[in-house]
Amino acid sequence: MKDKRTELKVSAIRSGTVIDHIPANTVFQVFKILGLQNSTNQVYFGTNLDSQKYGKKGIIKISGKCFEEKEISKIAIVAPTATIIEIDDYVVTKKENVHLPEHISNIVKCFNPKCVTNHQKVPTAFDLIKDHNGKMKLLCNYCEKTMGQENIEFI
Amino acid sequence: MMQIKNRSLVSITDYSKEEILRILDIAEGFEENQRQKILSDYVVATLFFEPSTRTRLSFESAVQYLGGGIIGFASADVSSVKKGESLKDTILTVSNYSDLIVMRNPMDGSARYASEVSPVPIINAGDGANQHPTQCLLDLFSIRKTQGTLDNLHIAMVGDLKYGRTVHSLVQALSLFNTTFHFVSPESLKMPSSVKTWVKKAGLEYHQYTEFKEVIPIADILYMTRIQGERFPDPLEYEKVKNAYILDNAMLKNSKDSLKVLHPLPRVNEINEDVDNNPKAYYFQQAQNGVYVRQALIAAILGLK
Ligand SMILES: [Zn+2]
Repeated sequence: MKDKRTELKVSAIRSGTVIDHIPANTVFQVFKILGLQNSTNQVYFGTNLDSQKYGKKGIIKISGKCFEEKEISKIAIVAPTATIIEIDDYVVTKKENVHLPEHISNIVKCFNPKCVTNHQKVPTAFDLIKDHNGKMKLLCNYCEKTMGQENIEFI
Repeated sequence: MMQIKNRSLVSITDYSKEEILRILDIAEGFEENQRQKILSDYVVATLFFEPSTRTRLSFESAVQYLGGGIIGFASADVSSVKKGESLKDTILTVSNYSDLIVMRNPMDGSARYASEVSPVPIINAGDGANQHPTQCLLDLFSIRKTQGTLDNLHIAMVGDLKYGRTVHSLVQALSLFNTTFHFVSPESLKMPSSVKTWVKKAGLEYHQYTEFKEVIPIADILYMTRIQGERFPDPLEYEKVKNAYILDNAMLKNSKDSLKVLHPLPRVNEINEDVDNNPKAYYFQQAQNGVYVRQALIAAILGLK
């Protein structure tokens, strides 16, 4: 019931993609990494909506667009709880949770200013690992430094 | 075991326990008989994008004892690098002239990148603050030689454990040998949590101290490092700790008979000169072992041992 009311706060779209269950504090980050501020498609978004599972959540709806694997990886990094829902003519055609890839290439910058990837034309490469507190960290395959979510800057 | 032949060595973790032991065994052979002209048909390039005389001379000595030819440069002050040639282009060019490239470069991760673009194997002689695997191998060689084994030892590391890359790689490598670690440092230069996580994952024990003296009686190896003043944001704090981690001969009185004192060199004042004549001082032989280990590594990578 509750979910249904939340849905109503943001208009339904006919065809396109809904990104649901975004942690409320990362909605704008997701918006930015997908370049939605420059999109010519219709985009709706809401944040601080009530969610039974997560307390407060955000949601983004993009009309007439589906996302590729690389973009979904980006979403997973900043919003690991997100769900991607594809809609065609008001019918849900696909619904899946984002999953963190084990490895990402050329998606984020290395935060280490001395890293070779910041000085030569080298595509960045990271392994996604968990630290001893279970927090997600990115391990640079070049300088071998690990960075947390707070240092992520997308290319 | 993967083949060592034709493989780059960028980080000590590129090698398994068996591969590390194999290099150490070959190095023992060179210790017994250093002059083996097995490299007479080969050229090794030493590309030092930043000066490190000690490391470069050790590598070049290793190549010379093997009878190989050497090309290269000792600093980035050479025309192509100055003109802004990319690292990739330098590596591809030099790989036309040599069978193996030894590289030191101030950029973190530069050795991994070089190994990806190079058609010939790369030996990392230090990539910025990241890795220096041949230092690690010579430390392991020195430990095994003086203790007769690498297994089940109590290794104490003293000084700057936060920024000292040599101690980080050494912890990673020793974690393969059931080591008990004793980390001695000022509060602000403690071993990073990523390294301690590594120890924990290996199921091993570590103990942390700010006080130096209590580890001396239990240690098999005392691995001393330099504490650099510029690491401290507050000069007053440096003044407070700089003399707390100096080893002198009297302190070794109740140490084990088999204890050896190691140091990656150059030292400043962290080991008093009165230790030098104590048979437990091993840091100069340790540096000499570097040549045997580098001979072994070069010979193994070129498939000659
Ligand atoms: Zn990096």
